[in-house]
Amino acid sequence: MRFMMFIYPGIQDEADWTPSAEAVAAMSKYNEELTKAGVLLALDGLHPTSEGARITYEGGKPRVTDGPFAETKEVIGGFWMLQTRTKEEAIEWASRCPAGGDVVLELRRVFEMSDFPPELQAAAELSEVPPEQTVSH
Amino acid sequence: MTASVTHRTIEAVWRIETARLIGGLTRIVRDVGLAEDLAQDALVVALERWPESGVPENPGAWLMATAKYLAIDALRRSTRLERKHEQIAREIGIQLAMDGSEVEAALDDQIGDDVLSLMFMCCHPVLSADARIALTLRLLGGLTTTEIARAFLVPEPTVAQRIVRAKRTLTQAKVPFEVPHGDELQDRLDSVLEVVYLVFNEGYTATAGEDWMRPLLCQEALRLGRMLAALAPREPEVHGLLALMELQAARSPARVDAAGEPVLLLEQDRARWDHAQVGRGLAALRAGARAGAHGPGHGPYTLQAAIAACHARARSAAETDWHEIARLYEALARLVPSPVVELNRAVALAMAFGPAVGLELVDALRSEPTLERYHLLPSVRGDLLAKLGRSAEARLEFERAAALTENRREREALLRRAADCATDPRTVAGP
Repeated sequence: MRFMMFIYPGIQDEADWTPSAEAVAAMSKYNEELTKAGVLLALDGLHPTSEGARITYEGGKPRVTDGPFAETKEVIGGFWMLQTRTKEEAIEWASRCPAGGDVVLELRRVFEMSDFPPELQAAAELSEVPPEQTVSH
Repeated sequence: MTASVTHRTIEAVWRIETARLIGGLTRIVRDVGLAEDLAQDALVVALERWPESGVPENPGAWLMATAKYLAIDALRRSTRLERKHEQIAREIGIQLAMDGSEVEAALDDQIGDDVLSLMFMCCHPVLSADARIALTLRLLGGLTTTEIARAFLVPEPTVAQRIVRAKRTLTQAKVPFEVPHGDELQDRLDSVLEVVYLVFNEGYTATAGEDWMRPLLCQEALRLGRMLAALAPREPEVHGLLALMELQAARSPARVDAAGEPVLLLEQDRARWDHAQVGRGLAALRAGARAGAHGPGHGPYTLQAAIAACHARARSAAETDWHEIARLYEALARLVPSPVVELNRAVALAMAFGPAVGLELVDALRSEPTLERYHLLPSVRGDLLAKLGRSAEARLEFERAAALTENRREREALLRRAADCATDPRTVAGP
């Protein structure tokens, strides 16, 4: 099963968003552990919300708000995609993350196509993108 | 983490730590059988203590230290109290005494080497293919004997026996615990890659075993492939195998239709492929190309992955680059000459240059004794004949193929094609 692991760094001021060299080194070592164990499928870190935007739908109409956003506790700093045999294994890996301070990690199980009922599978096919567009070069 | 640690949590820790633990212990006690026993004993201690005490801060180090204490006991109690055992016991005592985080940090590379050495040992050519697979899944995958038995549809005692005998064989043959080097490396690496691919194929082609075990085998093979790519990144074929498995596994969602019928590659709905996995496969192929940039040319896994990549890159079956695929099969045939590869090349040639060109090569393969009972030969020949309008001959080939295949669904599909040939108006005018 696949799990998306989100990190909420809990940083009060977005000016402090960039981590220290030590923190980066520790995280790289952790990521290497995940790689060597063969459980890491993908990962990426995210810029602060000042570089992003929120699109709120009100009555079906999108309204754009540029970042930064106030609720820092709810801001995601990055994600990992893990493949493990059990939820406990994903939890064990999450427990080994060198995250300090007020960090929160959240594990969410990824839907596999086979988890959907057949009618949803059929609908999902229509929204898939052709391969060439999703392949990074 | 405090009390109420469940057995599932300990199982998870075990699965994460098992290869490193058994690898590290084998290096120390120089016997993979004893190493596994010690690791299992340490697990038993954990199962007793952790539900009360909680999982320790560094569970891997805890298990290793516990196993080392058990090792000292076991070696000292050993009836054949050889000098060697006494010395190993003393060395372990010293290691335990100086166990500090600094030592551990310095050992990172050592851990990687231990896991890699364990892979080479489990896949040693002195063992039969069955034994290699069972031992690899058990010691590197942390699969239970029950799981392995279910996956391969063999009785549990058979698997247990296989593992016991394999460990004994390794000890008797005095197989060294090391990463091979020099001339030996390529052969030994081939053996490791072969085992991983056999595990993958067992899951992918589903010749036996319970349904729910099959994806597990594919995932386990992919995990082993990713481990290898991280531990031996300079070996191009390691990336080639990983790319091949990722690209094949990416097609899984499209390989059967809603009724459970198999869907041939060219008829698959490409929107259902796992495109993120296709991306990982292509990335692995590029990593292999970088690793092999100054090497002697592509190996067989890389070539097969490159063929899979041609399919993966085509938005539709019609856009497939058959010229490139035919070229890759030609390279593969030069490297590992085989009638099956030739048959695949014939299909590619037919797609690239027309059915008559393909048929010429297929006809040349008809005298090949190894293909005598291979259903895909008449199946391909029938397809090419049908395309050339030679329906009567095509029908005979489809019927022959149907009689040869052991797969019920495939047989039905072939008989349908034979029946289609019979209704083809051109049949009457045929030779």
